[in-house]
Parts: sequence; structure tokens; C-alpha cells
Amino acid sequence: MKFLSALAATIFALAVWQAIVSMTGLPKFILPGPALVAETWWQSRWLIAEHTWITAIEVLIGLCCGTLLGVVTALQLANSRAARVLVQPMLIFTQALPVFALAPLLTLWLGYGLWSKVAMAVLIIYFPITSSFFDGLMRTPPGFLDLARTMQASPRAVLWHIRIPAALPALASGMRLAAVYAPIGAVIGEWVGSSQGLGYLMLLANGRAKTDLMFAAMLTLGVFSILLHMFVRRATARMAGEAR
Amino acid sequence: MTPAPDLTFSGTATINGVTLFAPLTLTIGAGAWTCLLGGSGVGKTTVLRLIAGLETGAEFSGQIAASDGQSVPDRVAYMAQDDLLLPWATVVQNVSLGARLRGEVVDLDRRDRLIERMRLQDHMAKKPAELSGGQRQRVALARTLMEDRPIVLLDEPFSALDARTRADMQDLAAEALQGRTVLLVTHDPAEAARLGQSITVMTQLGLTPCDPPKAPAPRHVDDLETLETQGALLKLLREAA
Ligand SMILES: Nc1ncnc2c1ncn2[C@@H]1O[C@H](COP(=O)(O)OP(=O)(O)OP(=O)(O)O)[C@@H](O)[C@H]1O
Ligand SMILES: [Mg+2]
Repeated sequence: MKFLSALAATIFALAVWQAIVSMTGLPKFILPGPALVAETWWQSRWLIAEHTWITAIEVLIGLCCGTLLGVVTALQLANSRAARVLVQPMLIFTQALPVFALAPLLTLWLGYGLWSKVAMAVLIIYFPITSSFFDGLMRTPPGFLDLARTMQASPRAVLWHIRIPAALPALASGMRLAAVYAPIGAVIGEWVGSSQGLGYLMLLANGRAKTDLMFAAMLTLGVFSILLHMFVRRATARMAGEAR
Repeated sequence: MTPAPDLTFSGTATINGVTLFAPLTLTIGAGAWTCLLGGSGVGKTTVLRLIAGLETGAEFSGQIAASDGQSVPDRVAYMAQDDLLLPWATVVQNVSLGARLRGEVVDLDRRDRLIERMRLQDHMAKKPAELSGGQRQRVALARTLMEDRPIVLLDEPFSALDARTRADMQDLAAEALQGRTVLLVTHDPAEAARLGQSITVMTQLGLTPCDPPKAPAPRHVDDLETLETQGALLKLLREAA
């Protein structure tokens, strides 16, 4: 059913797209039709695949590092009052900074290669991961904590056996959000300075008025993001306490 | 396990300067079931949580002591209306939670014996969401027994169950907790009349002791004297309101 509705929506969107192209008669360097984009995509499939591979690597490394960093930060925050007082305001402040503004700096510090993009992805997902997991850790049902107390549990044991498992669904929703944001981060990084990746390819195609290639790259990025999101959804289903 | 001690609770509690209960003294007999019966909001849960050493919204001044002079909170097992089963853990994991939290080795034989005694052997690997309300309370009772504490504090543990399951659970708990010092907090006169070896009614005016029926607990649900006691308790509750 879900698949059918996705299929129907795709066909509908393609039809609308084609209708706009046919009715307005816009030149193909302004708005190429779906057929042309599909053709270009097929012709440039190896080029696109190469750049997709680069972006995918950046996103996956970014996701792993960002999740790890976010989880560790949330645990520290949940465990120590001092950390909450010192770090929490900083965390919120960094969220107020536009990530776009940081991208050139990261390129300056980390170079043109992989790591400045990974850093962008990490930056953009760090906050959702940290804050969702931290919230989960601080919202343990109080009855569980009472019970643990009457059982003479140490704070460490409570964290390990109760607070962390109780917070996993919150972490799962943070990770699902991160899966959507991480590709955005990596592509921003590529726009600011790179010689590889889907962001780079889009910029390049745009600059040469190869709008069809630009569309092909963009749609590939979209499909990649959706697949990544679906994958992370699946991977976190157990954590979220869904379907055993 | 140390032998079950007498408990004495005496003192007064205020919430934001407003008196919750005036000075009162509650004695909980060693190795017996004491039922504290009262309407909603009189402070039953507060009394029980104070004894367990848990947070309450109230400020307490007074004394909570065991007859053998040893610490009370270190020797209680606690069971609440909400079964407090960890939803991600299986039945066996929930039953052995205490030992795992203390980093002790779980006594597997004891655990399995208790699970069998609670007739849960067919559900050992299930998660709480796969159990009925009565089964869940039996897991909670098994977990409470697994703790093997001389003092057991029960806060309306059966009130969310249907009448039949509740009566079954009352029988099971009465039998399983024999010989321990039990404080059962409840708003159900029938429950107090069935289970109490000592019954105290708590109202805004203070505590009123009430004679329990002579039959040994758990009494039959249709025992005449038990029904009379139930009526008398309900009358006491309504007079106070
Ligand atoms: N954490 C809290 N902060 C402030 N007030 C509280 C808190 N907990 C309880 N109270 C108040 O204390 C009073 C007694 O509460 P308590 O839970 O002890 O009642 P109870 O006799 O157990 O009632 P019930 O039968 O409904 O469970 C209530 O009026 C309640 O509003
Ligand atoms: Mg209560």
C-alpha cells in the first residue's frame, strides 16, 4: 500500500513536471523535461555514480561520527551537573550559528578533501542527536527510578540498565532526523569547496548551463537521501521499540 | 534476610506549609499485614514513600524506625499500582532486575522457582507488552519476592485489575508474603477487610484503628464477618468526608 502510494505520487509529479514543460515551452537549459533528464542520467550514469559514491562516503562517516559524538555528549550532560551548566548553553549557541557561515572556515581548516564535508555533516547532525538522546535520558519514568532506588542501585547501574534503554527510542528519532540532515551538510560542504561529490557536480553542471545534468544529480541526491532515511529507520526499529 | 521487624511511623507532614497530616503514629506489626485505608489525597502514598525513603512533595518531621534498630529503606521491597515493568526487558530479566542493578549474580534457581510459583513459566521470554494486566502484576510480585526483603510496601498494587484477577492476586500475595512485615496502602475497604491483620483508616482527622475480622487472612470474599468489616470501614471513610 505504502509502495503503491509512493509510486502514484511519483507518476503524478512526473506528469505535472512534463505538463509544465509542454505548456510553457521553456527552453531545456531553463527547465528540462523528465524524459531528457532521464536520458542524461542514463548517459552520465558512471559520472553520477562516481560522485554519488563520494557524497555517500562523506555522509556515512559523518553520520557515524556525529552519532557517536552526540551520544557521548548526551551521556556526559546527563551525568554531570557541571557539564550541563557549562556545555548546554554553548551547544545552544552553536545551533544559533548558521552552518553555511561555518562551511568556508571548515574548508580553510580541514582542506578541500573528505574531512571538511564530514565535519559539515557532523556539525549539522550533532545537535539533533545530542538533544534528543539527552532529553530521553532526563525523562526516565520516575517510577523506574523509585524502584531502582529501593533496590539500592548505583547511579552507574541505573544509567546502564534503566536510563539508557529508556532513552533509546528518543535516540532513534534523533538518528532518523540526522539521516535527513547529514546529506544536506555534506552537500553544503561540497558547494563551498570541493572537486568531487554530488554537490560539486550540481554546481559544475549549473555553471555550464547543463541543467539536465544538474537535475539528474539533484534527483539522485534525493533518492539517496530517501534510501538512507529508510535504511536508518529500519536499523533503528528495534531501538525505537517497534516491531520485534 | 533479617527477621521481619516492627515498624513505627510517627510524625507530621506539610506541603508548601500546608498541613497534609497532623502528628500521627502508625505501628506496623512484625511479620503481619497492616492495611492503611483512606480516601484519595489523604496522604497514604506519602506515608508509604516516606517509609521507603523515596522523594515526596511533602516535608516530614518525625521518626520512622524499625524495632531492631536497623535501617528501614535498605530493607524494603516496593510494589506500586503501576507494575513498573521495564518494557524492553523480558519477564525473566524483569524478575531479576534487583540483582542486576546491584551487580550481583542472579540466583537462577530461585528466579525460576518464583516464576513457576507465579505460574509464569510459559511467558519467561515475553516482553511486558505481550502480557495481560494480571500476568504483569504477577511478574511484579515475582520481582518483589525475588528481592527477599523483610519489609514489603504495597501501594494499591491490585487496584487496576478486574475483580476476579484482583481476588486471585490478593490470595497469591497473601500466601507469598507470609511472615514479612507488609504495609498495604489501599482505598478499597473490601481489600483491607480481606487482607488486613491490622487495619487503620486514615482520614483528614487522623488515624482510626479498626478491628480486623477473626478469620485468618486471606479471608473468603463471602465471609460474613469480612463483609461486615468492609461495611464498617466504608462507613468510617464516608463519615470523614
Ligand atoms: N510531589 C508532590 N508535590 C506536591 N504535592 C503533592 C506531591 N505528591 C502528592 N502531593 C499532594 O499530597 C496529597 C497526598 O498525596 P498522596 O499521593 O499521598 O495521596 P494518596 O492518599 O495516596 O491518594 P490516592 O489514593 O489518590 O493515591 C495530595 O493532595 C497531593 O496533591
Ligand atoms: Mg496513592
